[in-house]
Amino acid sequence: MMIKIENLNFIYNPDSPFETKALNNINLEINEGDFIGLLGHTGSGKSTLIQHLNGLIKPTSGSIIVDGVDITEKGADLKSIRQKVGLVFQYPEYQLFEETVYKDIAFGPKNLGLDDSEIDSRVKKAMELVGLDFDSLKDRSPFELSGGQKRRVAIAGVLAMEPKVLILDEPTAGLDPRGRDEILGEIKDLYNKGNITIILVSHSMEDVARLVNKIVVMHKGEIAMEGTPREVFRRAEELESMGLGIPQVTYFMRKYKESGNDVSSDVLTIDEAKEELLRYLRRNGND
Amino acid sequence: MSDTMINLENVNYEYKSSEGEFMALKGINLEVKKGEFLVVLGHNGSGKSTLAKLINALLLPTNGKVYVNGMDTTDEEKIWDIRRTAGMVFQNPDNQIVATIVEEDVAFGPENQGIEPREIRKRVDKALEIVEMTKYKKHAPHLLSGGQKQRIAIAGILAMNPECIILDEPTAMLDPTGRSEVMKTVRKLNKEQNKTIVHITHYMEEAVEADRIVVMEEGQIVMEGTPRQVFSQVDKMKELGLDVPQVTELAHELKKEGIDIPEDILTVEELVRAL
Ligand SMILES: Nc1ncnc2c1ncn2[C@@H]1O[C@H](COP(=O)(O)OP(=O)(O)O)[C@@H](O)[C@H]1O
Ligand SMILES: Nc1ncnc2c1ncn2[C@@H]1O[C@H](COP(=O)(O)OP(=O)(O)O)[C@@H](O)[C@H]1O
Ligand SMILES: [Mg+2]
Ligand SMILES: [Mg+2]
Repeated sequence: MMIKIENLNFIYNPDSPFETKALNNINLEINEGDFIGLLGHTGSGKSTLIQHLNGLIKPTSGSIIVDGVDITEKGADLKSIRQKVGLVFQYPEYQLFEETVYKDIAFGPKNLGLDDSEIDSRVKKAMELVGLDFDSLKDRSPFELSGGQKRRVAIAGVLAMEPKVLILDEPTAGLDPRGRDEILGEIKDLYNKGNITIILVSHSMEDVARLVNKIVVMHKGEIAMEGTPREVFRRAEELESMGLGIPQVTYFMRKYKESGNDVSSDVLTIDEAKEELLRYLRRNGND
Repeated sequence: MSDTMINLENVNYEYKSSEGEFMALKGINLEVKKGEFLVVLGHNGSGKSTLAKLINALLLPTNGKVYVNGMDTTDEEKIWDIRRTAGMVFQNPDNQIVATIVEEDVAFGPENQGIEPREIRKRVDKALEIVEMTKYKKHAPHLLSGGQKQRIAIAGILAMNPECIILDEPTAMLDPTGRSEVMKTVRKLNKEQNKTIVHITHYMEEAVEADRIVVMEEGQIVMEGTPRQVFSQVDKMKELGLDVPQVTELAHELKKEGIDIPEDILTVEELVRAL
């Protein structure tokens, strides 16, 4: 399934003193199987953009074609679009509302009109994907759970819809490092199982560098960069001018190279840096 | 006068509720010097907020003693003195804002202390200047960014003239810009205003510049030392599920491969020099 965004513009509160142009002529193609990292300073338009992708926001102008259907047209079947494109909001745990974990996760599938056994199997599967134990947690109130677990319940609720495209808006915001690594690990496993396209909005260059295969950078409502992590993180100065950075190891390799060492600075992770440095140092007899 | 700001002696803290008891702090001994910048690192649930609340006398120890500038937190007559000495900043900026105009919000604390209006005016202006929010003094706080709101919350504490400020994950809900604004303010409070700082966080970047770090896990202090001493124990930090700077980890990996470099690299510049 493919998403194609064409000449998309969006203005909040048009024709009022609070008018804000949030998206300015966005053109973007998202292909089946992409794992996209969506980066950008706060206010650059990331949340506004992704809410367009499942029809939560109607564009001021432009079109969004999901699976061959222009979802901005009158009469577009938004219910089926929201099933295909699942959106996990920022701090989604604030939107839990049912009295048990099971009911909360089952809410979406139930609305699809699925039968009870199908709902049951989807809830089980979704809980497993996010690492929540079905038997011990299904009857608990989501409000009694820890912050990280609540967030997983919210994510599971979206996964239970079995979307083809999963969009997560800063899913690790506010979590501690362990909670962050667990959730990112689960997202990665889900991606590796195949048959899914993922868009991850994130502030962490380190996380994005090791997870995604394509980066889109937004700046002031426009798409400022698009490419593989390697391509994008080569443009450190431009990223810095947008208030963004590059992973610390990548920055280190650039500095090391600038100080006269013949290494490639094209690394994204600690492992890659280690390999490159060992190759260089051993060749120079520092062993 | 003693040079100790905070002292915890063999402190246990047990939460009691209808569902049972839970020992959240076990045998904590911790001394914080006047003027020190201490960072408390640890996972959710490790006991950091409980520790902060004990220092502020919001909770009283189940066993052991907590002293703030020599005052025993169980001494009821001292409770307001203690809270004036050690001010607290919390995680969610929205829950800390009480007024609809920035300068009124900052004045709220000293007003409650019965300080005279002219002195309040002086303190509010100075506090806003320190957190670099003077030009927003007539603004509505709810329209500010998260980092700005948190700086207003800090100004509100500053206006009460505390010697010590405890910040309980003040950056957890902020974006990178907001985080660096708040950290800049915290450093300034310590270096220029000479405030004792207890900064609770799980972002290791914020711990790198501390005078000292304590790491908590399951209600105990499991590591303690300078940032260099703590972060150089890469394997132990990873076991605890905490982050270390990427360059520290890279140096650690290279050392394991037999490259001759120091174990306690903390910055990019240090690693460039070491290799
Ligand atoms: N509900 C809203 N009403 C008015 N303006 C908004 C609203 N949501 C976002 N904006 C504005 O739109 C722009 C883009 O915001 P957003 O999409 O939330 O960015 P990001 O997710 O990258 O932080 C910002 O200028 C923001 O202030
Ligand atoms: N009011 C409370 N009643 C019972 N247990 C609590 C209460 N507050 C915290 N706890 C428990 O105490 C432990 C430490 O909590 P806390 O000090 O908030 O940790 P941290 O701030 O490091 O996340 C946790 O296991 C938490 O569940
Ligand atoms: Mg957003
Ligand atoms: Mg806490």
